[in-house]
Amino acid sequence: MTDKTGEVVLEVDGLSKHFPVRRKGRELLTRKARSVHAVDDVSLTLRRGRVTAMVGESGSGKSTVARLLAQLHKPTSGEIRLHGKPVDTRGGRRFRSYVRQVQMIFQDPFGSLNPVHTVRYHLSRSLRIHGNTGGNLEEALRELLTRVQLTPPERYIDKFPHELSGGQRQRVAIARALGANPEALLADEPVSMLDVSIRLGVLNLLRDLKERLNLAILYITHDIASARYFADETLVMYAGRVVEGGDSETVTQNPAHPYTQLLIDSAPDPDRPARADEVGGEPPSLIRPPAGCRFNPRCPHVMERCKTDLPPRLEIGDTPGHWAACWLYAEGVAKPAPVATGEAAG
Amino acid sequence: MIEPLIEIKSLNVDYGLGDEAVHAVRDVTLTLHRGEVLGLAGESGSGKSTLAYGMTRLLPPPGVVAGGEVIYHDPERGPYDVLSLTNSELREFRWAETSIVFQGAMNSLNPVHRIGSQLTDAIKAHDPRGSRQAREARARELLNLVGIPGDRMESYPHQLSGGMRQRVMIGMALALEPKVVIMDEPTTALDVVMQRQILGELVQLRERLGFSVLFITHDLSLLVEFSDRIAIMYGGRIVEQAPAKQIYTDSLHPYSAGLLGSFPALRGPKRELTGIPGSPPDLRAMPTGCAFHPRCPKSFEPCAQEIPVLGVPDAPGGSDRTVACWLHPVR
Repeated sequence: MTDKTGEVVLEVDGLSKHFPVRRKGRELLTRKARSVHAVDDVSLTLRRGRVTAMVGESGSGKSTVARLLAQLHKPTSGEIRLHGKPVDTRGGRRFRSYVRQVQMIFQDPFGSLNPVHTVRYHLSRSLRIHGNTGGNLEEALRELLTRVQLTPPERYIDKFPHELSGGQRQRVAIARALGANPEALLADEPVSMLDVSIRLGVLNLLRDLKERLNLAILYITHDIASARYFADETLVMYAGRVVEGGDSETVTQNPAHPYTQLLIDSAPDPDRPARADEVGGEPPSLIRPPAGCRFNPRCPHVMERCKTDLPPRLEIGDTPGHWAACWLYAEGVAKPAPVATGEAAG
Repeated sequence: MIEPLIEIKSLNVDYGLGDEAVHAVRDVTLTLHRGEVLGLAGESGSGKSTLAYGMTRLLPPPGVVAGGEVIYHDPERGPYDVLSLTNSELREFRWAETSIVFQGAMNSLNPVHRIGSQLTDAIKAHDPRGSRQAREARARELLNLVGIPGDRMESYPHQLSGGMRQRVMIGMALALEPKVVIMDEPTTALDVVMQRQILGELVQLRERLGFSVLFITHDLSLLVEFSDRIAIMYGGRIVEQAPAKQIYTDSLHPYSAGLLGSFPALRGPKRELTGIPGSPPDLRAMPTGCAFHPRCPKSFEPCAQEIPVLGVPDAPGGSDRTVACWLHPVR
């Protein structure tokens, strides 16, 4: 097998999704339509053998991005390219050929497996639909289960979902995704419903699969510490926009955007004494998002410009590829004093 | 001066009766002191919520308290056993002495009533003779206490964000100035930023009002930061109990160490982490001996045979800690 690590599998450019809001009352008489700006102008690249994490609070649009990539929603605007070719999934056949290459793992393994069917049914369906039985279904099933470390396979193959623990169920869901022999996996909070002690087992499995099968993985999470542990690259989302991106270690150790700094400060950390200065506020309404930078109503470093102009991606310059959408890093702005996070790291 | 406030003595809680009963909480002995935050950590199915509902007699059937005592040290009336209160005494006791903030506060508010009337309801039930104005003033005061403007009294729950609903629940729990507030995973449905705000507020309120908190969660790293003492449950039993700092720096039970090692660190060197192999035990088919031994990296002969007793370990640095592990024989 030729080493294709780093090759671009899936690329997204300027992706937006607005969900219409039902009009009521007086609005029915006007032509004005309101919408929830769930995702705005998101660009990202998934490469073979790399994990890209997308971190954000609930409601920041990160799951919508995964659903857009899985073609479960139709984007309002923007382009998705698979191996450089724009994706067109109109019609069942084209959709199936797309999902053969891009598979999704859902958050809740209790809901994503059908309770009335056995593990055998779930996996053989995935293998059959995507034509990957390779002549011998039993053998293919056995191999899938071994791949997700459910060994010996005989013990699990005829079990029903309710007979398995959460971690085992999520492994079956991963095996089902692998049954299509995909090139990209979209993992939407794959471990947040699992018990703390088995989360790492599932994450380590995903990492192992990434290395052996050279998969491109999009890892969606609200836990920035796990992004640091698991992902090569991290993108931070806030209110439907990506606000910072770069190599995971840099983003978590030297966060540039004030929102990322807030997120990291808020993560529980036993090594740090409890602090009193808190940034208050809540994420904005996405029906009428604030003008300019969407973080400006909560930002401790807010400037006049933030309230009117949308900040573009600006290079930070500490490591290549680290950027933030924040006016603090524009030319001619005095850099803010290093925030306490950086010092506490020492 | 540390006085005990609630003493749980060898509490057993079963689901079901007779031979088919599942023992969800076994022989738990735990003391909550005045003014402290006691963290109760464990995975799902370890019995931590069952313990909280058992000690407050909120267990829905088929849950049964099968034995033990819950002694409440009432500053005015002296100690009494919560488990032997009559229904009317229990009614007095609830909310006035202990209150609970439930898991998923999103769903514990009634969606068809305004939050103002839900707040005044609890006050009215315990003080039916007070005037309506007084109740409303108190409700408004409670909302302000948890950082919500008083004019939100007229709102319905769906008009508030998740964080605000959680604050309303905390405010409601404080309505009658209880001595004990039990919080059952109060912030798991919230984002980290909101979680920190709410816990910060809670810590401040505790300092001002002086109540004790029993804080139940699966997030041990959160407890280390916010609580004074931590008890760790596994398979229905308490396996280790120590001051928060000690659990973090020097945990004795391999399960506590495993739990601490299950959280990727945000700072410091990047380590390879493994979590704990295997999965939590099935309460219907508990392993013999120590429930943790099939997953334990350090298990040896006695572990599979006998259940270790919770006691003060024969180790340095601990007269105020207990552990149930054969590696650390009881002194």
